[in-house]
Amino acid sequence: MAEDIFRVGTYEFRSRLIVGSGKYKDFETTRNATEAAGAEMITVAVRRVNITDPGKENLLDYIDPKKYTILPNTAGCFNADDAVRTLRLAREAGGWDLVKLEVLGDTQTLYPNVVETIKAAEVLVAEDFQVMVYTNDDPIVATRLEEIGCVAVMPLGNPIGSGRGLANPFNIRVIKERAHVPIVVDAGIGTASDAAKAMELGADACLINTAIAEAKDECMMARAMSEAVRAGRLAYLAGRMPKRSFASASSPTEGYIWD
Amino acid sequence: MSDKIVIQLNGEERQVAASTLAALVSELGLEQRMIAIERNLEVVPKSQYASTPLQSHDRIELVHMIGGG
Repeated sequence: MAEDIFRVGTYEFRSRLIVGSGKYKDFETTRNATEAAGAEMITVAVRRVNITDPGKENLLDYIDPKKYTILPNTAGCFNADDAVRTLRLAREAGGWDLVKLEVLGDTQTLYPNVVETIKAAEVLVAEDFQVMVYTNDDPIVATRLEEIGCVAVMPLGNPIGSGRGLANPFNIRVIKERAHVPIVVDAGIGTASDAAKAMELGADACLINTAIAEAKDECMMARAMSEAVRAGRLAYLAGRMPKRSFASASSPTEGYIWD
Repeated sequence: MSDKIVIQLNGEERQVAASTLAALVSELGLEQRMIAIERNLEVVPKSQYASTPLQSHDRIELVHMIGGG
């Protein structure tokens, strides 16, 4: 099989598992799990420096920006202005133009605020950011975000950090079939079969954080996710058999010894 | 008091001796850090830290990258 490259904007990746860097117990585990995941892209959040202890260790002492593509996010932003400000700062900090836009609606569901997301996407695309955008599993909104010029659309499987799997596999499929940019299932994946399922539906990649960071063995789960994403991808490319209502014998139905 | 000024740094009032952004970064010991600075809601490019004056009541946001999903 020819090499299966995952292209996002002007970037190319071999791994289709994007990981987050939140919720880990320490930086060492973050680094080890990221490596075990075989990930090439990792999300980070932008926050105020703690001025009272500025010398403290930083995530990027453990996750080398030369080795990984750093994907700054706008987690915690509830309006377009804050999201745009956040990513302008991120671009200045590390020179990163590939970004994850997420504008949230409320703290209970962390569902996207689609109206503000669209506003922010328009500004960021005009400022030459390459925007990977977190959104609802709504095919109409996905198309709109693609039209604005986002380089990837990232529908949720279920609420962030819920680990509930894919609420609406049909919509993920519809979004993928209509899309001309990569579709990344972001949020909701709880275990390996969820990731495999997303990839079998045609998702171009999965973005996973909590399912790895909250596993009892983070590195083992990272590996499981990596293999699930690969298995699901292969199954998608291979083309699955049709589903039937009744059995279809696997062994020949002639040449029986009693015939 | 000499020529210290009071600025809003990451949401809190703070007295600093620095009179430029470059001096502020070194006053805080952040020269080696991957950071970004917003001054009165405008991102300031690193190349302009030395030439950007720090004035009384400036609102400075100084950010870095942390773990997030």
